[in-house]
Amino acid sequence: MSNVFELTNVYKTYKNDGKEFEALKNVSLEVREGEIFGIIGMSGAGKSTLVRTLNRLEDVTSGSVTFYDKDLASLSAKELREVRQKISMIFQGFNLVNQRTVLSNVEQPLKIAGVPRKERREKALQMLEIVGLSEKKDVFPARLSGGQKQRVAIARALTADPKVLLCDEATSALDPKITGEILDLLKKINEERKLTIVIITHEMSVVEKICDRVAIIDDGTLAEVGDVKDVFSNPQSKAAKKLVFPSNPFDPSEKDGRVIRLVFDGTHSSEPFIANLVEQTGLKVNILSANTKSVGGIGFGQMIVELPPSQKDQETIIGFFTKGGLSVSEVETNE
Amino acid sequence: MSEYMKEAILSGIFETFEMTLFASLFSYIVGMPLGVILYATSKGRLLENRFVNGIIGFIVNVARSLPFLILLVLLIPFTRLVVGSSIGTTASIVPLTVGAIPIVARMVESSLNEVNPGIIEAATSMGASPLYTIIHFIIPEATPSLLQGGAINVATVLGYSAMAGVIGGGGLGAIALQYGYYRYQKEVLWTTVTLLIAMVMLIQEVGIRMSKKTRKT
Repeated sequence: MSNVFELTNVYKTYKNDGKEFEALKNVSLEVREGEIFGIIGMSGAGKSTLVRTLNRLEDVTSGSVTFYDKDLASLSAKELREVRQKISMIFQGFNLVNQRTVLSNVEQPLKIAGVPRKERREKALQMLEIVGLSEKKDVFPARLSGGQKQRVAIARALTADPKVLLCDEATSALDPKITGEILDLLKKINEERKLTIVIITHEMSVVEKICDRVAIIDDGTLAEVGDVKDVFSNPQSKAAKKLVFPSNPFDPSEKDGRVIRLVFDGTHSSEPFIANLVEQTGLKVNILSANTKSVGGIGFGQMIVELPPSQKDQETIIGFFTKGGLSVSEVETNE
Repeated sequence: MSEYMKEAILSGIFETFEMTLFASLFSYIVGMPLGVILYATSKGRLLENRFVNGIIGFIVNVARSLPFLILLVLLIPFTRLVVGSSIGTTASIVPLTVGAIPIVARMVESSLNEVNPGIIEAATSMGASPLYTIIHFIIPEATPSLLQGGAINVATVLGYSAMAGVIGGGGLGAIALQYGYYRYQKEVLWTTVTLLIAMVMLIQEVGIRMSKKTRKT
């Protein structure tokens, strides 16, 4: 499989009133064909800048961005416009033309590509059917709900048969139920049309639900990149841990107490391992929080437990869990 | 009021309409592109160009700060060059057009400035050229606001047309000045003023209605 995008040592510096601000620092990553790639970070971390370097809405200060081995910086204005027709984008604010009907909005990319009227009308109607809004074709965007507007934006983004779809906080303005529906639609499009999707978000739940791989951006740098399952079960960086761990307060009840996070995937969830621990070692743990969620279609459970004060006991317990195939990570409590 | 006066007022109405219509039309033919250029070349816009924006902006500002009455006098030689005479209805169209151009340009610029930058970003991400974006995204999105601005501009031109009476222009303004002011015919003065007010109101109403009808938000 080839790479859709390749970023190599990308830096982006903004100059504002003589002050320099580094929005991206030495970011290198690749987006593979056919995957749903998530880019997650806190607001202001630089993820929106990052996604805009992918279609050169933002020029990089140094480093390179390639799209199917073509360096975007080397393209002429005309070539860049042609490449952009293959990279569509949807936005948090939908960005539909309010003075045009739904159908006319969806037709726009084809019009830019010079497709004849009849053909583009047919194609646009087909796209509206995919997103389930055929009956709204003659309506103006102001009459639609947020979720419907984003569906129109998705239809508009798909109509010119792009190679990749960039989603910039596409669900952030929507409520959880509608967010779920939009994500399901994106997943369906990814599977049926083999469309590569890049999703920018600040919500871990979005990444967990549909992304194959994820990059974590923290203060302009790439903190971590990997399969969502791996990052979820065994986060390495501080930024990743912050995103993955439940945000409950879990101070240990005793001074020397130690708090760990256990993650188990579907294959282990049938074993009663806490009961086994007590039975086999006679040691007890205090469960501070526990939940299960679906990450990339696989059920994952996670549990935050407090270990007894004795260091020897702690080692025994961690050894027991690790041997059982669970991922164990330390939770730093005094932050 | 004499029969003669009534006829004069009636033809004054037509002349005023004629001046307003043509001066508005011509001022948009020149002012609209200027407004688009002012918008597109300003900072952070599609065709950012400090040089072009600075020059056009300067000319527009100078032209706009000249009192219209002064402009009327200054333009007499130019008017003579264009229409062969500096008095009469047709001749007044020239200074009216010149006077309205900078106003139209700024009004168009401000209407375009209201367009959500996200729509422009979306157009750019689709691979639209700057010119395509302006014609097919920005101007359609700004249409209701452009129409509203249009109504204000036409009403302004109508007001200015009354002033053209001072240097020998036609229309209701000239009648109000010559008969109403210089000859103390209060009746004529009030009639023409009332007519002018009615015409401005009519233009505003039509403009607002058109703007509302096109507004889809």
